Amino acid sequence: MVFREKAKILDEEGIKRALLRITHEILEKNKVASELGIVGIRTRGAHLAQRIAKLIDEIERVIIPLGILDITLYRDDLTLLSTQPIVHKTEIDFDITGKKIILVDDVLFTGRTVRCALDALIDFGRPKIIQLAVLIDRGHRELPIRADYVGKNVPTSLKENINVKLKEVDGIDEVVIEEKIDAQLET
Amino acid sequence: MLNWKHKDLLGLEELSKEEIELILETADSFKEISLRPIKKVPTLRGKTVVLFFFEPSTRTRTSFELAAKRLSADTVSISATTSSIVKGETLKDTAKNIEAMKVDIIVMRHSSSGAPHLLAKAVEASVINAGDGCHEHPTQALLDMFTIKEKKGRISGLKVSIIGDIAHSRVARSNIWGLTKLGAEVTVCGPPTLIPQGIEKFPVKVTYDVEEAIRDADVLNILRIQLERQKSNLFPSLREYALNFGIDAEKLKFAKPEVLIMHPGPINRGVEISPEVADGPYSVILEQVTNGLAVRMAVLYLVSQGGK
Amino acid sequence: MSILIKGGYIVDPENKLEGVYDILIDDGEIKKIEKDIDSEKCELIDGKGKYIFPGLVDMHCHLREPGREDEETLLSGSLSGIKGGFTTLCCMPNTKPPIDNQGIVEYIYNENKKIGLMDIFPVGAITKNLEGKELTEIGELKKAGVVAISDDGNCVMDSEVMRRAMEYSKMFDLLVISHCEDKNLSRGGLMNEGYLSSLLGLKGIPRQAEIVMVARDIELAKLTEAKLHIAHVSTKETVELIRQAKKRGIKVTAETCPHYFSLTEERILGYNTNCKVNPPLRTPEDIEAIKEGLRDGTIDVIATDHAPHADFEKDVEFEQASFGMIGLETALGIALKELIKTKIISLSQLVEKMSLNPAKILGLDKGSINIGKPADLIIVDLDKSWEVKREKIVSKSKNTPFLNWTLPGVIEYVFAKGKLVLNKN
Repeated sequence: MVFREKAKILDEEGIKRALLRITHEILEKNKVASELGIVGIRTRGAHLAQRIAKLIDEIERVIIPLGILDITLYRDDLTLLSTQPIVHKTEIDFDITGKKIILVDDVLFTGRTVRCALDALIDFGRPKIIQLAVLIDRGHRELPIRADYVGKNVPTSLKENINVKLKEVDGIDEVVIEEKIDAQLET
Repeated sequence: MLNWKHKDLLGLEELSKEEIELILETADSFKEISLRPIKKVPTLRGKTVVLFFFEPSTRTRTSFELAAKRLSADTVSISATTSSIVKGETLKDTAKNIEAMKVDIIVMRHSSSGAPHLLAKAVEASVINAGDGCHEHPTQALLDMFTIKEKKGRISGLKVSIIGDIAHSRVARSNIWGLTKLGAEVTVCGPPTLIPQGIEKFPVKVTYDVEEAIRDADVLNILRIQLERQKSNLFPSLREYALNFGIDAEKLKFAKPEVLIMHPGPINRGVEISPEVADGPYSVILEQVTNGLAVRMAVLYLVSQGGK
Repeated sequence: MSILIKGGYIVDPENKLEGVYDILIDDGEIKKIEKDIDSEKCELIDGKGKYIFPGLVDMHCHLREPGREDEETLLSGSLSGIKGGFTTLCCMPNTKPPIDNQGIVEYIYNENKKIGLMDIFPVGAITKNLEGKELTEIGELKKAGVVAISDDGNCVMDSEVMRRAMEYSKMFDLLVISHCEDKNLSRGGLMNEGYLSSLLGLKGIPRQAEIVMVARDIELAKLTEAKLHIAHVSTKETVELIRQAKKRGIKVTAETCPHYFSLTEERILGYNTNCKVNPPLRTPEDIEAIKEGLRDGTIDVIATDHAPHADFEKDVEFEQASFGMIGLETALGIALKELIKTKIISLSQLVEKMSLNPAKILGLDKGSINIGKPADLIIVDLDKSWEVKREKIVSKSKNTPFLNWTLPGVIEYVFAKGKLVLNKN
């Protein structure tokens, strides 16, 4: 599939502001930061989680436990794929039981990834509450899932793609909306 | 990283360096699952894994069974005595019958070299070789390599000595292929009667001198010696074998300070390895068992979709 | 009824005849071999551009009757042989029960008389039940019609027993065919010993298992002055031992099989049980030495060692699979491909090795095209080739390593014992 960039939704400054707002909302809603734990979904959700944790540290002077979740083993479409996706490490080195867990991902779309992540988290223990933070909510949910914290709502068509680029992975901070250009070639 | 393309895992000889690395890295991701309070992921839910064992095996079968269960697969165990092989049915007949029950993966241990290859050609299910005759035992070598990598941080450039009955050892063969593909230097050591013919064409060094095998090695992989070999005059007695090739504290004096002691089990204490070495500070024998689980989960995961 | 074969190129080393001649066959008997015979009132076979050889003689095959009629019978073996250009077969005694008494010899002669396609000569056992212990009644076997004795499939391990067998058979001028294999050295072995057997984890058969026995039997032949024939030569050292023995004037002849000059042990990779054979497939060096042995006359005969096995004996673990491969239908094609197309031997030498020499060694009135004798010849188109296909195999068993090989030489007509038994057109 080939995509053409259609519009830039967020630039570096935009991402920074969105994350700062999300962080403030998290702190406002949960009051006691020491009860928090934050878990990012690989790959970009993990980096966003790290940034949020850093912001919390800057604002509240509290280091909250940070985990990384690889949801591959929980995917519901494994039997549909031609080869097995690469499994990366899940690193949750703290006990999530009784904690308020902020689950972080870059884009909320069908909700299936979040479903996987919820199943995975519950295998690690029994959190008091799980809240979901996403940088972009692009709609088109296929499961009854909603985010508690949203950086930006972006209405999209199914032909479009949201590409979140982060410095840690892509060398640049930006979010662009792309359009499939060879849609007619797709069968 | 590349994707896994094979339906089966039959041996390491036919795998590329990258494919072996993929298994090891995948295993690394799976290791954490066994440390969770709920040691299970839903990945192979609804898949059936048959453990088809024609030779007695406790640890390999248990390891595969646990690995499959931790991936939520259903497992069925068939051993030679309970199957219909004894009634004159051929291996292929039995395999076809098992396949007719719609199984996804067959893990096979067999005393005949090449038996899993026969099976893999006959059935659509994925076949994992859990040891065939004197040929290969790929998951054992993979867990050995995983353990070496975990302890030493690398495989490339390490010196690994495999000591014992090389001629009849599938563990040795798989280790030779896997380790050398990943850049280790392998030395095999044993009496000439237990060194295979044509060894000069294998990518290994050969020595009959156990001191030499120990001296520069970063890893000593000590093989189990089978009592039957004595009956075929391959060595005069277990006592003489132990004196010459049994690894004890005395012989370990020649070893590097941080040498790793490995053994695929089960151990003949006092024959190929002395108790103080098996239980000593350099021994990683139990860690090998733990890592076996992660390696087998990785292999089950990879082949479950491979080759489609 | 007269049949005239017109314009074919005859290769008959016995009569030193090589060239284009017509052959007139009347009532199954060869009447004339001349240039330009008048074709009036004759059924005509166009031999133009084709080769005419005496019918091939296989001095080493396994026809499984009695005992394993599911694998081969005298009838299916005859048909398979005809397809391959053979008009005479010698069947080895490892049947069930074995050919170790005159009753079984007579059974084979009687059954084959009913079939009547070609001559099938039994080879009798050297020892009772092929056990290598007690001699069979060799004189009785000879009277009943065996053309040689052999424990083929087994080696007579006891040198004293072998010595006595050779000594005793001398009074009947009976050939002793030796399957040379030191069973102690080869015990449990599955393929040639070396790097590949170690790679595959299959127990090896050292080449010395063959070599030491060939050396022993040559010395026993010297001691006893018996007629010794070494079966299925597979190693270069064996070729050399036989070469030296012949130089020393010892009465020894030898055969090899098509697979020993066309296939190496590498064919076993992937655990291909159709390449499991005894003696085992060896190395490229051995193939070269065997070809040289064929060229310089050290090896007298190309025999098939046709060994039919049911699928369920081959479609199993390598260790459990039976040894052997079928060969009657592919022998000529493999020999043409490996020896003639590559110019290692001449067509005349090929006919010697596949027809004349085995007939001479066994004392059979075969292997040449003679006026006044029943027509026993084959007509081959050497310019055509054919593909080996499982469904086209005539033998009851399909265990050939040559599936999908393209082989030169299409056999168009076969006359056996005066009868036209194969007509492609």
